[in-house]
Amino acid sequence: MARHLRSLGVRTLGAIALSACVAFASAAWAVVPSAGAAAGSISLVAYSTPKPAYAVLIQHFAATSEGHGVTFAQSFGPSGTEATAVVSGLHATVVNFSLEPDMAKLVKAGDVSPSWDKGRTKGIVTDSVVAFVVRKGNPKHVTKWSDLVKSGVGVITPNPFSSGSARWNLLAAYGAERALKKSGAQATAFLGKLLKNAVAQPSSASEALQTFLSGQGTVLLDYEDDALYAKRQGEPITVIVPAQTILIQNPIAVTTNATNPAAAKAFVSYLESPAGQSAWAKQGYRPVLPKVAARFHFPKPKNLFTVQSLGGWTKVVKSFFTPSTGSVAKIETSLGVSTAKS
Amino acid sequence: MAGPGLAVTYLSLLVLLPVVAVVAHAFGGGVASFWRAVTEPEGLAALELTVVCSLCVAAINSVAGLAIAWVLVRDSFFGKRALGAIIDLPFALPTVVAGLTLLSLYGPESPFGVNAADSRVGICVALGFVTLPFCVRSVQPVLAELDKETEEAAASLGARPAGVFRRVVLPSLAPAMLAGAGLAFARAVGEFGSVVLISGNLPFKTEVASSWIYSLSQSGQLPAAAAVSTVLIAIALVLLLAIGALRRHFEVAEAR
Amino acid sequence: MRRRIVLRGVVLVYVSLLVTVPVGSVFYRAFDRGVAAAWDAVTSPPGLHALWLTVIVAAIAVPLDAVFGVGVALIVSRHRFPGVFLLDALVDIPLALSPVVVGLSLVLVYGVTGWFGRTLAGWGIQVIFSLPGIVMACAAVALPYVVREVLPVLEEIGTDQEQAAATLGARPFTVFRRITLPSIRAGLAYGVTLTTARVLGEFGAVSIVSGNIEGRTQTLTLFIQDSINNLNPVGAYAGSVLLAVLAFCVLGILGTDPKKRRLSWRSTSATSPSSLGTLLPSMASASVSQQDR
Repeated sequence: MARHLRSLGVRTLGAIALSACVAFASAAWAVVPSAGAAAGSISLVAYSTPKPAYAVLIQHFAATSEGHGVTFAQSFGPSGTEATAVVSGLHATVVNFSLEPDMAKLVKAGDVSPSWDKGRTKGIVTDSVVAFVVRKGNPKHVTKWSDLVKSGVGVITPNPFSSGSARWNLLAAYGAERALKKSGAQATAFLGKLLKNAVAQPSSASEALQTFLSGQGTVLLDYEDDALYAKRQGEPITVIVPAQTILIQNPIAVTTNATNPAAAKAFVSYLESPAGQSAWAKQGYRPVLPKVAARFHFPKPKNLFTVQSLGGWTKVVKSFFTPSTGSVAKIETSLGVSTAKS
Repeated sequence: MAGPGLAVTYLSLLVLLPVVAVVAHAFGGGVASFWRAVTEPEGLAALELTVVCSLCVAAINSVAGLAIAWVLVRDSFFGKRALGAIIDLPFALPTVVAGLTLLSLYGPESPFGVNAADSRVGICVALGFVTLPFCVRSVQPVLAELDKETEEAAASLGARPAGVFRRVVLPSLAPAMLAGAGLAFARAVGEFGSVVLISGNLPFKTEVASSWIYSLSQSGQLPAAAAVSTVLIAIALVLLLAIGALRRHFEVAEAR
Repeated sequence: MRRRIVLRGVVLVYVSLLVTVPVGSVFYRAFDRGVAAAWDAVTSPPGLHALWLTVIVAAIAVPLDAVFGVGVALIVSRHRFPGVFLLDALVDIPLALSPVVVGLSLVLVYGVTGWFGRTLAGWGIQVIFSLPGIVMACAAVALPYVVREVLPVLEEIGTDQEQAAATLGARPFTVFRRITLPSIRAGLAYGVTLTTARVLGEFGAVSIVSGNIEGRTQTLTLFIQDSINNLNPVGAYAGSVLLAVLAFCVLGILGTDPKKRRLSWRSTSATSPSSLGTLLPSMASASVSQQDR
């Protein structure tokens, strides 16, 4: 029995000693800032969709003269979460979000200069559109927005209060109705019918894709580039660009406290250069440079509108996405109250 | 003694301070804005759904945990050790993998032909998956330490097995079962990753409280997120205090 | 006998449907495209770093939680100060907090703009978006388990042996080491197992406090999430298999058979005060003979 206790004591002491060593080693790590502040290093913070694209783009950049020897620390996640993290102190040199309001958070906190959108491409690095993702072969023949509100059609779109992608989706739906000469009230009513057909509203775009791929729903609303990536990975889907849809514009900027501004600016310049834009296009992102876009055959919707044509982000967030008072919030509440007890 | 002081400091740094920060942030805009955030209809629906499902799961797994612990301690058959080892695995699996797996097994493409996705049943299955280890492991060590002599004495005095179980074993195990149920409830109430995929996350129908909190935090309403979290903490605290009182009641009764 | 078989059957079915089949499915999908594909996925540089980081975090957070868990359990079971019931309930609070809230609250307190953040930054210490933050998040969410496993055992066995040993002249730490610790070993082992598994699998809080920097602050769970997002299921499931294997290892080291740890010299239930008088001599001789062995 005593030998048993002795071995227990030895094991305990050993465990404590081991943890102490490990703790000491990592304390050393803690004192040094965690994210790359070394020369020749770029800390890229971006929304989760372009991660595979960046893997390719960074390789191409490394082959250029400015990119030679530049190392990258990369962080990907939901656009809003990444933006909040940067404001809370996550080290970032280059930031790329899925929608402009997330960049505005950084401008407000002083992490990005207010003149970030004054450049040649107005601060936008890639375009995309809101697309319908359906089962391979489109068995239910979903092609128009009006198909989405038919009975028996299950729609999957993320929750607009936790996902930026959902906001693009709903604005596309609203704008599509307006493009068809419906009034604001009619377009809002359409949003209500669309959300009524929602079989799931996952908290992020990637969860929405997973939900759709698990067999739920008839149609998923998603970024075209995300859908094209899924298709390239072999998922049994068909991507349909509706005749009316919104132009998704993804902003990029170099932060004010970048430790290596020259390399960062060179990287962003590369991404916005014809070579970089071609590389983006091969990954499914619509180039922002018209000459490059002409070389690739992305489907051209008859009616492509922007957030600006709907009043700009500030106005849109206020009228649609403000909790409790925004029209989308009111739609969700009224749908919920009427169906909560069902 | 320095021990208790250190332990309490550790608890404070890791739990108390962050909780105080959350509560402070919740009331940052005043009691009126706290109340508004908390009585938001979508939030109330989420809270109701969460509490009801968590209570169900805690109750069911409490019983299941006792049964499983009983089989692990008192029974012996081929494969028992494997059973014992596998019980803890739901924990080691990241919640997102658990969610994905449960969705593929019990969702639309289920090989069993069931579809529990987008329903309360699906939520309960996911919560049951992540809370089962608590209920088993709470009871198991106590059951193992339990002296059989009292049971044997009661049996030799003529009590039937059911009576022995009800009057001798169950009261000794009740505190542990309650502790496990409390843990299960607390975990279920805060669970996010494994539930959100199979639930469908439909507002007012299958949106759980943690998902609502996540939405609030992502749409820039951190004080509202803190407010709803405070309510969840309060609910859990009340239940845990009640369970603690019940446990002590059983211990006093047992000692007599 | 029949009752036993029925119970066994019901338990096996319940556990199969709820645990075995889902866990088995994860293993199955990991090797869906062959063992080589799974191996490649987890031995990629980000995967290896994620594994190493996860092991380091567990190696720090689990002993911390174990030591302080036992301490808190001792306080709650042995001391009767007013408010002890509150401490008891407070220990479980991290569970009720959604992991996202745990992460956010840690940022609120220890972040650069947080309560202590500025002071810490002044000392050159970065907590959030660095290793200490990840360790704290994991330790916080797993805090209750050791307490909850050890406390019922401490309450079940009572303080009689400890009091007896103290009367015989043993110092507090010796009493703890030779009387208390052996009897809580089963509960402590289970508690440490649960804690380790929880720390290994923690995602929500870590996703907020780590910043998810690939190759720097990305734990295995974050790596798995990234793999899922990038439609790389093999990477995700292979990573999960790795986590499960790690958990299995810890289980193996700690052992799972409670019978081995049951102290055979405990003759009767030790919680009844009236029998203390008769118990003391037998316990004294038992502990003396223990020391001789």
